[in-house]
Amino acid sequence: MNQPMDSASPYGADWIKALTDNAARWADTPASLYVADTTLAKQAGTFIAVVPDPDSRYPRARAGEVGLVEGWGLAHVLCDIVAADAQTSSKRAIVAVVDVPSQAYGRTEEAYGIHQALAAAAQGYIRARRAGHPVVTLIAGKAMSGGFLAHGYQANRIVSLSGTDVQVHAMGKHAAARITQRSVEGVEQLARQITPMAYDIDSYERLGLLHARLDVAPEAAGDSAAVARVRDALAEAAADIGGGVDLGSRIGRGERTATARVRERMAAEWPG
Amino acid sequence: MTDVADLLERQSIVELPARARCQALLDSAGQRELLGPFERLRSPWLPKQDIVTQADDGVVIMRGTLGGQAVVMAAVEPAFQGGSMGEVGGAKIAGALACALADAENGTPVVPILLLETGGVRLQEANCGLAAIAEIHDLIVALRAYVPVIGVVTGPVGCFGGMSIAAGLCSELIVTREARLGLNGPQVIEQEAGVDEFDSRDRPMIWSLLGGEQRVTTGLAEHRVADDIAALRRLLGERVKADVQTPARLAATERFENLLAAIDPAAKATGESTREQFAATGATS
Repeated sequence: MNQPMDSASPYGADWIKALTDNAARWADTPASLYVADTTLAKQAGTFIAVVPDPDSRYPRARAGEVGLVEGWGLAHVLCDIVAADAQTSSKRAIVAVVDVPSQAYGRTEEAYGIHQALAAAAQGYIRARRAGHPVVTLIAGKAMSGGFLAHGYQANRIVSLSGTDVQVHAMGKHAAARITQRSVEGVEQLARQITPMAYDIDSYERLGLLHARLDVAPEAAGDSAAVARVRDALAEAAADIGGGVDLGSRIGRGERTATARVRERMAAEWPG
Repeated sequence: MTDVADLLERQSIVELPARARCQALLDSAGQRELLGPFERLRSPWLPKQDIVTQADDGVVIMRGTLGGQAVVMAAVEPAFQGGSMGEVGGAKIAGALACALADAENGTPVVPILLLETGGVRLQEANCGLAAIAEIHDLIVALRAYVPVIGVVTGPVGCFGGMSIAAGLCSELIVTREARLGLNGPQVIEQEAGVDEFDSRDRPMIWSLLGGEQRVTTGLAEHRVADDIAALRRLLGERVKADVQTPARLAATERFENLLAAIDPAAKATGESTREQFAATGATS
């Protein structure tokens, strides 16, 4: 019938603990959200990860997936951050640590509007960024599909680790094979040839969507030198934002050349 | 009771392709398609997979007025690749929204109307589609500070994947009974979670949970409309002049959290049980 469910991945929790130096977690957030305050280049920062919760009441969201609880929980946390810094001009940095195998797939999820939960989470990041918070994403494992859209894709800058466990894609291979009426082998074959169909982070980098890819493996969260490098890279990415609030830095780089061309021609034709 | 004469005179929305939908909905004078098919902006990724391209990549962008209000309509073509979002089509929508945002910031508001017949990311262009959808999300939220952003889901495809999140970000959502709105398509859930979790052939169950009627009743969409161009045009004419606001379904974080605490995730959700839970916790009222 199916491939086995992706086993819960530890990278999100490992890296957020390492990067925040085991700072206290926020209380009153769902167990699947790890939120902690720390500094980033001497500036205030809040780090956020979606982590596995094997005891979640929602069985389809126990392995680190972004489900109903995670979507609304992220919206809540981000709304609190924006409100807390509303009166200050120095907005804290927000770092999304991403290792999400997918969004949650389930009947309860669809019935109660998981799309709306993920919209609320995405809106939380968008509003924070557009309010002037520097938002940086660290891809520390899988950044898949709706899970990534809700948690990570709205950052001003995206930084990634490297290695086979670091992946970005719109759908798992088995489901992608079924929907496109191909075999799993056929999907893998095309993934080797077509850059945007690939799952690996090197191919993703070629699309021009990463600010930086670090030669650090996700397994290296226990290595203090590696952690220091990642922290420096996140600080550099935050500094690079320089007050920008949109996603413009992603356009015009790498193999997404059609995107840049379409955007230019649209701007030219728009006034009439 | 069904008025047969009225039914015969109706122009169905569901049966029309994307371009005809725009032409029928906008005021007839002053329509202008941007990056139309004669510009031959085709997908650069489909030919490498021996898939036939389309000269507009399945997205129509049309400027004009609706009831005198300046609007830009972005319509996904349901008949091309399942209404999927590829790099070019996604960039056309994001590009139009970026231009509308620049205009709004300069004091000349243009109201975006999104006709969302889409399965979400085009898997043959996976990461390019996903990236474009993230950009669309950003621009919808930015635009909502200036103008209402109106989403319309009519069928036959429905609205799924990353574009269902885009629908969830709109100021107002208009749906027909034929519409479906959900994150994961039924086949994907069945593949990932098993047929016991979700039977993709059980159409009554699917519409009872994801259908337009249910989404309006539970507050996940604002307006229900008949599959009738004239009726949709009347409703849009009213809504494009609406005040700028955040819809209840995006503002009600704590009420949704209460809803999630109240429901039993192990119980098989039905249309009825879902309606009862939404009513009891007032999540979107």
